[in-house]
Amino acid sequence: MSRTLIALVEDKPGVLARVAGLLRRRAFNIESLTVGRTQEPGISRMTIVVDSDRTDAEKVLQNLNKLVNVIDVEDVTERALVARNLALIKVQVNGGSRAEVMQIVDSFRGRVVDVGLDTIMIEATGNEEKVEGLVQVLQAFGIVEMVRGGRVAMVRGGQPQ
Amino acid sequence: MRRTGAQIVWEMLEQEGVEVVFGFPGGAILDTYHCLQDYEIRHVLVRHEQGAAHAADGYARASGRVGVAMATSGPGATNLVTGIATAMMDSSPMVCITGQVGTSLIGTDAFQEADMTGITLPITKHNYLVTDVENLASIMREAFHIARSGRPGPVLIDLPKNVQQAETDFVPPKDEVRLSGYEPAGRVDAEQLLRAAELINSAERPVILAGHGVLMSGKTRTLKELAERMEAVVALTLLGKGAFPESHPLCLGMMGMHGEAAANRAVQEADLLLALGMRFDDRVTGTLEQYAPMSRKVHIDADAAELNKIVPADVAIVGDLRHVLEELLAMIEPASHEGWMERVDHWRSQSRARDIINRPQNGRLVAPYVIDSLRKETQGDAIVVTDVGQHQMWTAMYYGLDRPDPWITSGGLGTMGFALPAAIGAQIAQPDREVWAIAGDGGFQMTMQELGTLIQEDLPVRIALVNNSYLGMVRQWQELLYEGRYEATYLVNPDFVRLVSAYGIPGWRVTEPANAAAVIAEARSQAGPAFIEFVVASEGDDGNVYPMVPPGAALHEMIRRPEASVELAGTGEEKE
Repeated sequence: MSRTLIALVEDKPGVLARVAGLLRRRAFNIESLTVGRTQEPGISRMTIVVDSDRTDAEKVLQNLNKLVNVIDVEDVTERALVARNLALIKVQVNGGSRAEVMQIVDSFRGRVVDVGLDTIMIEATGNEEKVEGLVQVLQAFGIVEMVRGGRVAMVRGGQPQ
Repeated sequence: MRRTGAQIVWEMLEQEGVEVVFGFPGGAILDTYHCLQDYEIRHVLVRHEQGAAHAADGYARASGRVGVAMATSGPGATNLVTGIATAMMDSSPMVCITGQVGTSLIGTDAFQEADMTGITLPITKHNYLVTDVENLASIMREAFHIARSGRPGPVLIDLPKNVQQAETDFVPPKDEVRLSGYEPAGRVDAEQLLRAAELINSAERPVILAGHGVLMSGKTRTLKELAERMEAVVALTLLGKGAFPESHPLCLGMMGMHGEAAANRAVQEADLLLALGMRFDDRVTGTLEQYAPMSRKVHIDADAAELNKIVPADVAIVGDLRHVLEELLAMIEPASHEGWMERVDHWRSQSRARDIINRPQNGRLVAPYVIDSLRKETQGDAIVVTDVGQHQMWTAMYYGLDRPDPWITSGGLGTMGFALPAAIGAQIAQPDREVWAIAGDGGFQMTMQELGTLIQEDLPVRIALVNNSYLGMVRQWQELLYEGRYEATYLVNPDFVRLVSAYGIPGWRVTEPANAAAVIAEARSQAGPAFIEFVVASEGDDGNVYPMVPPGAALHEMIRRPEASVELAGTGEEKE
């Protein structure tokens, strides 16, 4: 089962290697890991999705907490979350299919961000199911290239993480 | 004050109260060595960097202070790795300073370049690559703070050559270190403590498992009060030796793979385990499926990551034993458990009857007798530093400690070659104490070049070499578990007495039990270092460590000490 961890870390060189190193040592497979800045200078935020059960995740969490550069870390899997994924998808089109693809993208609330002679590039944002659903439909037209960002997540409500 | 990075290293070491650095110079750390004689810090030149790390570790364990090791980049630094991992596993406070190639060369496979922060990532509590001399002073302060606080451990500072050379205005950083991601002292959850006390107060067959954490907290007297009030028997981990007086009627001695049979049985039969400052190492538990099946478990440790890691606890408390033990003691009602004590005493008397020490001499020199003689001659008053293997287990069993003395051994990592360099560090930390390094012939030869350090520093370390011409513990496993096939365990050894005499160290060889005491006395009377080789029984019942819990077995499934085949003349005498 996959678990989502959110870690606030110091924005310093090598911190990603420390976090990834701990996961590697426990042989956790990282499904996705995203890092970015936060509202506070010097602090970055990681959203880590790992394939693990709750007990193992708890153990790795305790060890992440011991890293001096990790300020806080929480397993948010069971909390009410907003989780988002980003995908850029380049799809093969011709005169006949172009309109159809654009219609599909529209119904998934995606956006067309680039139009070429025989391809179009689509930006899709949403939870994994939605993005995955769009990808599956577009496969019928021929996906030329695709890039997916990892999950980013935030707990609902007023309490900051 | 204008200072170079090299000078700041020594300024900060002085500020941290460092008296001695164990090291070995080389190209990338030369600038730092260049300033050494301007500062009041002793430098001990080792013969191999592994020796520097073990000596710093031994110094730390004997003094309770942070040990410091220094080495150059590349091979100098990688040679520290075994010693760093040893310190990490045994929570020993240490700061290692390594030279590094200049920042512009990092990552180019420059001469003697090794990625030390990368290599030591999983074996340090924290590490630093200093890229700007402006940060050096505060990094050094942080490093010492991290090394010594909370659950102690090794910290590495990798120092590029150009950072050592760079000049800056040196402003000593504030004493207080604030790190947002590092809070060593865990809050004690009062409710959990109450639940722990409830379990303890309702226990009928309580056993306390005392580990290294008790010793590091300094609260051994509180533990004694607690055990007596609970009337709980106390089993010790290897590193917990000294946390509870071994001659105390409630003490069971060491538990685990080579623990006392009575200790292991008590753990298996207990209805309450109170685990203090220990981490349920696999050498302590035997197979987990059958570990202490009838007991509730209360686990208290300073490191949250140790709780529920191996053995699920009914009550798990994160806390510093310096405070927790006393808070807990106040909540405990005096109890007595007569039936339980009788059963434990029965197990104990069985163990004593089988103990090789209590059996008639057959004229062969056996290692337990060597350790027992050492203990008698030193009145249990020496600082004992062991290597790893059979002699280590025998020393744990037969060198009983009645006070929280430094007992220095590589427990978690089991590093052969540890004893001699660690004893050098211990002797420097405690110049007025008698320090014995006890090693096997295998481990001794891994770091025996440190005999050079010993004579250069003129240290009166005594060395007891327990020589059975084998890698004894491995041979024992081959005898008992691998069909008796001895592969790569027999050692053709040098004449050790002549070897040490080449260093000018007086040496003796003991082959018979009758001579042991007199030779030990002679070695003790030397003003400088001394060496005794004990040629001991190497195979069979006389050459194996018993009891033994075979790997994969439960704690109560021990291979017991062999029954004496001759009349038990000496069983009336109690071993201490």
